[in-house]
Amino acid sequence: MSINLKRSNAPVFWLLFGAGGMLSALVGPVLVFITGIGVPLGLLLPENTLSYTHVHALAHSWIGALFLFAVVALFFWHAGHRIYHSLHDLGLHPGAGAKLVCYGVPLLATLIAVYALASMGYS
Amino acid sequence: MARPEMQQDTEMPDSGKTIVMDVLRYRPEQDDRPVLQSYEVPFSDDMSVLQGLQYIKDYLDGSLSFRWSCRMAICGSCGMMINGRPQLACKTFLRDIYPEHVRVEALAHFPIERDLVIVMDDFIEKLESIKPYIIEKQPRPLAEGEYLQTPAERDLYEQFSSCINCMLCYAACPQYGLNPKFLGPGIIALLHRYNLDSRDAGAEQRKPLVNSEDGVYNCTAVGFCSEVCPKLVDPANAVNVNKMEAAKDYFLRLVRPRGGGK
Repeated sequence: MSINLKRSNAPVFWLLFGAGGMLSALVGPVLVFITGIGVPLGLLLPENTLSYTHVHALAHSWIGALFLFAVVALFFWHAGHRIYHSLHDLGLHPGAGAKLVCYGVPLLATLIAVYALASMGYS
Repeated sequence: MARPEMQQDTEMPDSGKTIVMDVLRYRPEQDDRPVLQSYEVPFSDDMSVLQGLQYIKDYLDGSLSFRWSCRMAICGSCGMMINGRPQLACKTFLRDIYPEHVRVEALAHFPIERDLVIVMDDFIEKLESIKPYIIEKQPRPLAEGEYLQTPAERDLYEQFSSCINCMLCYAACPQYGLNPKFLGPGIIALLHRYNLDSRDAGAEQRKPLVNSEDGVYNCTAVGFCSEVCPKLVDPANAVNVNKMEAAKDYFLRLVRPRGGGK
């Protein structure tokens, strides 16, 4: 064995992974409640919470858009990184293809989120 | 192989109890692959797994090879897999396993030299690579006396300085098992120990190892290293603190003035 001193590019993906993990720990459960339980079953939340007008208003505000962007993009980066490393843990030793999928999908999702939000137009 | 009575490491226990020890044997001159061999070992409640092995060597089979020295969890020589978990043989007691069999195998993730003796060249090379000694800011003449350090400064690194190089954390680390080039938990804990020492100025020299492709990011925060450590060191913490350090260094080098370090 010889010591390898080539600098790793992992910090980029590790920070995105970490940010996504932190965000999902903070807001993930409540998002599951709102979108999966509260609104569909009419528990605690008014029926029209996720109506088009409401969600459009959320996405049309700067803070709302930033929140939606962070949740969509960072959750994707977190999941991709987690899946990629879990494959490795399971002994599947993913190659370039798996890397492309695991990090390509989050990149694509990030770009789509930017495009979708930007196309709404902000003033 | 008869040895004089006085030099034997164990005495005949007279409790009347026996325990079966299944010991991994590998004698390269006769075995194609490691195989388990069973021994019935008389034992008393005060006997460790190491003493069981010493009984085998003294009375049953003098050809069994294993490393040991201090018998009190300070030398780090007798790390082995005991019923599948990395443990010090001197710190694990037969009474806690009885009446089950004791399965004793060489430390996982290392090549076996013979029986329970592993090849530790990889670990030693990594240990040397981190410069595990205090690197002074500038040469300090004797006339200036000793370094002074406050208790608070010592508390920062004391935990990490308890490492005895027993390599249990390497046998516990699934990532080291998958990629033996990974610097690994124990070595990163020691690296962190010197970086945290107020007398040391070597962090910059050790940085390339932390940042490298075989550095901290091979860790996926499993944490088993810290669970098996017999000296209560927390290598998982050292590794994960250094992930943040490496991440800062990765981006800060882009804004740092040139010549101000790599």
